[in-house]
Amino acid sequence: MRNKNGFANLYLVLVFAVLYAPILYLMYYSFNSGGTMHKFESFTLDYYREVLGDTRLMIIVINTLVIALLSSAIATLIAIIGALAIQRVRSRRAKNTLLSLNNVLIVSPDVIIGASFLILFTIVGIKLGFTSVLLSHVAFSVPIAVLMILPHLQEMSPTLTDAARDLGASRRDVLTKVVLPIIKPGIFSGFFMALTYSLDDFAVTFFVTGNGYSTLSVEIYSRARQGVSLSINALSTLIFLFTILLVIGYYFLNRRKNRPAGPLSEPAAEMGVPR
Amino acid sequence: MKNKGKAYFLIPYYLWIALFVIAPVLLVVYYSLFDLDGHLTLDNYVNFFTPVYMKMMLNSFWYAFLITLFSLLVAYPAAYLLTRTKHKQLWLLLIILPTWINLLLKTYAFIGIFGTFGPVNHFFGLLGLGEQQILFTGFSFVFVSVYIFIPFMILPIFSALEELNLSLVDAARDLGASGWTTFRRVIFPLTISGVRSGCMAVFIPALSLFMITRLIAGNRVITLGTAIEQHFLVTQDWGMGSTVAVFLIVIMALFMLVTGGSRRGVRQ
Repeated sequence: MRNKNGFANLYLVLVFAVLYAPILYLMYYSFNSGGTMHKFESFTLDYYREVLGDTRLMIIVINTLVIALLSSAIATLIAIIGALAIQRVRSRRAKNTLLSLNNVLIVSPDVIIGASFLILFTIVGIKLGFTSVLLSHVAFSVPIAVLMILPHLQEMSPTLTDAARDLGASRRDVLTKVVLPIIKPGIFSGFFMALTYSLDDFAVTFFVTGNGYSTLSVEIYSRARQGVSLSINALSTLIFLFTILLVIGYYFLNRRKNRPAGPLSEPAAEMGVPR
Repeated sequence: MKNKGKAYFLIPYYLWIALFVIAPVLLVVYYSLFDLDGHLTLDNYVNFFTPVYMKMMLNSFWYAFLITLFSLLVAYPAAYLLTRTKHKQLWLLLIILPTWINLLLKTYAFIGIFGTFGPVNHFFGLLGLGEQQILFTGFSFVFVSVYIFIPFMILPIFSALEELNLSLVDAARDLGASGWTTFRRVIFPLTISGVRSGCMAVFIPALSLFMITRLIAGNRVITLGTAIEQHFLVTQDWGMGSTVAVFLIVIMALFMLVTGGSRRGVRQ
């Protein structure tokens, strides 16, 4: 038994090592004055200076954040409405249809989402750039946020709304004073998932950005295609640190919110398809 | 709630479905009927059945299959062992963490690792194998893709294993089943829903990856995704691109029918 355990641990350690090695590798060479990713010459912070002094890049970072925050906020709003809409539907069949339609964008490959949105925006006459990127981020974030909110809505006891109505609350009061507070944890996780989807998206954005407008992942792609440049390494180190902060923040936020469910069960099951 | 109409507030959501779910699919189908000059034709569909595209499709499938298979082979034991660890949630968090790092950055790292002077080649040198061309091969494409998809395979399997009733395993052992038999007859069948949703989360995107093929496989591997990107953004042949997309949609729908019911495994 002991022996088996040792082997098991070794396997897990190996998986973790493989998962983290490339990331650590990137970070390590971001300090290399040699300018390559294979021979470490001496320690330098030059690439960090380069990244932080690059105004174009800073604008792109701000673009990315603006798009992420704005699109998640709008998507969450639409998703709340969507969850209410799905909840309202009585017939099982109609409900399933609505749910399937909701999930189409989650299971579709990114290239198809990107290509079809490109066609859509061109036909409607929306100029490629900020608007098209924002709209597409809203579009693909909505379904995931709906899926995060819906369970909370379903768990809510219908007697609560009935009681509120009986006590004379208006439709509006029921929504703002009863329903919304109850589904708040779902709204938060929906917003957060939308945020990470938006920050991480490459393929869809790549299709709908015109010239001159770029988000971080599109920029990374075009730089990486030109070969190794250690400023990408420095950038990725900064992003990694930022991500860790974000994850830790989310972890504690979620742990406070729903203790019984276990802090990660929700995002874990919902991580879905990478973008 | 009374259904007294007045559901105006639901409009944004239905508008979203109409505009961003239904319209795009219809538009792709519509565009697939036009050639480069804008003539209504079925040529694109005829072209799709020529050896070039057939080979590409088989290629795409073969790679997606390999990627799914290897992800599963690595992920299942890992998920199983994870459920046995003490601080499960913490370890799970550590599995999830790399998925939050941009996919392109992780792919970019492999340009260095697999490069001519990278550590892997250095290691080969030490073994006396000499320098190998690793980058720009099918192998590197599969490896990097598996690397990227492993967490997405581990998560659903982990959830399925967590729900597994351990007394069933104990019962099997008590009744004299060997470790392997227990796994084959009890554990695996009971966690098949997790395996299904894991495979779905890997197979479909694996069919359409184009950034990894571009960065790592150097156009050596051409998948359906690469073809769509090429047609839409490089050759501007939206008709043919749409045709490939239509087939990808059909394949996807078929795949979901085959693995049907597995949506439940993803937990609603």
